[in-house]
Amino acid sequence: MITWSKDRAEAAQRILGSYPERRSAVMPLLYVAMAEYGYVSEQAMRDVAELTGLTPVQVSSVASFYTMYKREEVGRYLVSVCTSVSCHLLGGDDVLHAVEAETGVPHGETGPDGTFSVEHVECIGACGGAPAVQVNYELIEGVTPEKAVELCQWLNATEPDPLLGDEMQALFGGQRSFDWGPSESTGSKGPVPAFGPYSTAGTDRLAGP
Amino acid sequence: MKILTSRMDAHPSDSHTISRYLATGGYRSLKKALSMEPADIIAEVKASNLRGRGGAGFPCGVKWGFLADVHPRYLVVNGDESEPGTFKDRQLLERDPHQLLEGVIISSHALGVNHAFIYIRGEYPKPARRVQQALADAYASGYVGRNILGSGFDLDITVHLGAGAYICGEETALLNSLEGRRGEPRLKPPFPAVEGLYGKPTIVNNVETLSNMPWIVENGGAAYAAIGPEGSSGTRLFSLSGHVRRPGNHEIVMGMTFGELIEDLGGGIRDGRAIKAFIPGGASAPWFTADHLDVPVTIDDVAKAGSMLGSGAIVVMDETTDVVKAALSVVSFFAHESCGQCTPCREGTTWLENMLRRLTVGQGRAVDLDLLLDVSDNISPGLAWPPRQTTICPLGPSAVSPVLSILTHFRDEVEALVTTGVSS
Ligand SMILES: Cc1cc2nc3c(=O)[nH]c(=O)nc-3n(C[C@H](O)[C@H](O)[C@H](O)COP(=O)(O)O)c2cc1C
Ligand code: SF4
Ligand code: FES
Repeated sequence: MITWSKDRAEAAQRILGSYPERRSAVMPLLYVAMAEYGYVSEQAMRDVAELTGLTPVQVSSVASFYTMYKREEVGRYLVSVCTSVSCHLLGGDDVLHAVEAETGVPHGETGPDGTFSVEHVECIGACGGAPAVQVNYELIEGVTPEKAVELCQWLNATEPDPLLGDEMQALFGGQRSFDWGPSESTGSKGPVPAFGPYSTAGTDRLAGP
Repeated sequence: MKILTSRMDAHPSDSHTISRYLATGGYRSLKKALSMEPADIIAEVKASNLRGRGGAGFPCGVKWGFLADVHPRYLVVNGDESEPGTFKDRQLLERDPHQLLEGVIISSHALGVNHAFIYIRGEYPKPARRVQQALADAYASGYVGRNILGSGFDLDITVHLGAGAYICGEETALLNSLEGRRGEPRLKPPFPAVEGLYGKPTIVNNVETLSNMPWIVENGGAAYAAIGPEGSSGTRLFSLSGHVRRPGNHEIVMGMTFGELIEDLGGGIRDGRAIKAFIPGGASAPWFTADHLDVPVTIDDVAKAGSMLGSGAIVVMDETTDVVKAALSVVSFFAHESCGQCTPCREGTTWLENMLRRLTVGQGRAVDLDLLLDVSDNISPGLAWPPRQTTICPLGPSAVSPVLSILTHFRDEVEALVTTGVSS
């Protein structure tokens, strides 16, 4: 029995309708489930199995392949620091150490009070703005170790919600890969990437003429 | 001359909106394409000599010609962009999503596709939001959906988000991911054009490749082929990063040298330093040194010089770079991203990573240099370029590139770590 919020249950139906085969909906539905439960819990996988007609084991085997499906609770702010080559060359490792020191959370872990999770990640496509950091998948480019510390302090003190990439870039960023264009008022509402409406993927196939 | 980035350059504040797109000639090519026979559009794409921008550089029109005569068939856009150093597709998705959509609609019409998919990596929520908004607007305006512009052509487009796995950029892994499976590459053949998504004929093309279609339809394939040197026609968006003064994406006509690209467009090396090495085509590519600055930036010239233009990512390292640590960063990437299906890749990349790490922390042993070569040879037999691929996909051999690069060009620095135990 699925007990998702009305919005999310509707989004799930739209997602299922976006593919020729139900199985394809596994990945977007895992995102919706993650938004519902905060992480990919056992219940989340049972729900997705029910919706797609797969077994929970099949869903779990898919979920475990992809690093963004978090199978344990993550902090309110997931700080991801890139250490791939372009960021490495410009001090990404120092940024990571600064974040770890400021939050007291080693990479790969979540702090005891649930505010921060810290991870180092591979290239996030922001190499021209190295070193790059994401918080809840919203991007900040050209981050120094000092700015990274200020970023963590700011998150802690102001608890921004939603979290806006443009705001963080303005406050704590530097060099960017390219001009970002106008600022956005859409941002992330938690440690789940903020895609389109309801934080879900997919399109509205019924919207066509 | 610019094709891909002219709108975003001219209209930085709203190049992503449908109103700006329409005001700057957008969807005009779609109208033209809908009045053309699909075979004639394919002929224009063949005539353009456009080569894929996702890494392999395969001629787009030729690939389209392989599409088996079975329906339904699918078009899948590869927006998984995760090769370290590469950030060009993000700019195209974020700043001009309608250009891509128009390319997808034109291509779908040409290929007889009624359902296309745009696969965007999960770490790109902002580009995804832009594409999703653009798609909603395109549906609302009748450019996607039923009976597009009264032509009788139907097309649905689904945006599919990845979830953190570089290997899903490999086209068959991407198809598995789109089918709701683990993103593990499939054995080829069969190639996707014959048996792809749901076992049906499928064309997979990169974001940048398809973003060229509106221009090609408007101006003709011959006009596109006339731009740039033979074999590397058209413009291309290069991602420049590392120790340059002005990193960023640059759309250029191919044919200038790497030296010119780094100096004139990248502003040269930061702090007036000298260049030590550069990666000419993403993390998978063998490295070049100052000796290669005269190599022209074309697919064929780079291949002749022993590397590849790959995803168009140029990563520059100045004279202060600890190349062993830089190589370790690249090798760790591949070790982390190996899908684990093939033993030489799964085990070998981890071995390489561990050995390089030992060297950088002062525990390198003399035997490690030979061992690095030996393990590399297990992953990529004969250490040939291009690799003699014995694994399911080319990821394994890619991990060998940085190792061979430092052993070839900077062997003394690697050896120094054995005797002194200190990474400079
Ligand atoms: C390990 C690996 C990763 C790849 N990653 C990408 C990628 O992120 N984006 C992409 O377009 N192509 C990528 N490719 C190439 C695709 O397999 C495929 O050749 C390409 O999407 C075809 O499009 P094109 O012909 O338009 O270039 C990758 C290939 C390999 C082996
Ligand atoms: S070469 Fe590596 S990444 Fe590619 S299929 Fe084999 S194990 Fe997976
Ligand atoms: S290497 Fe860090 S964003 Fe690409």
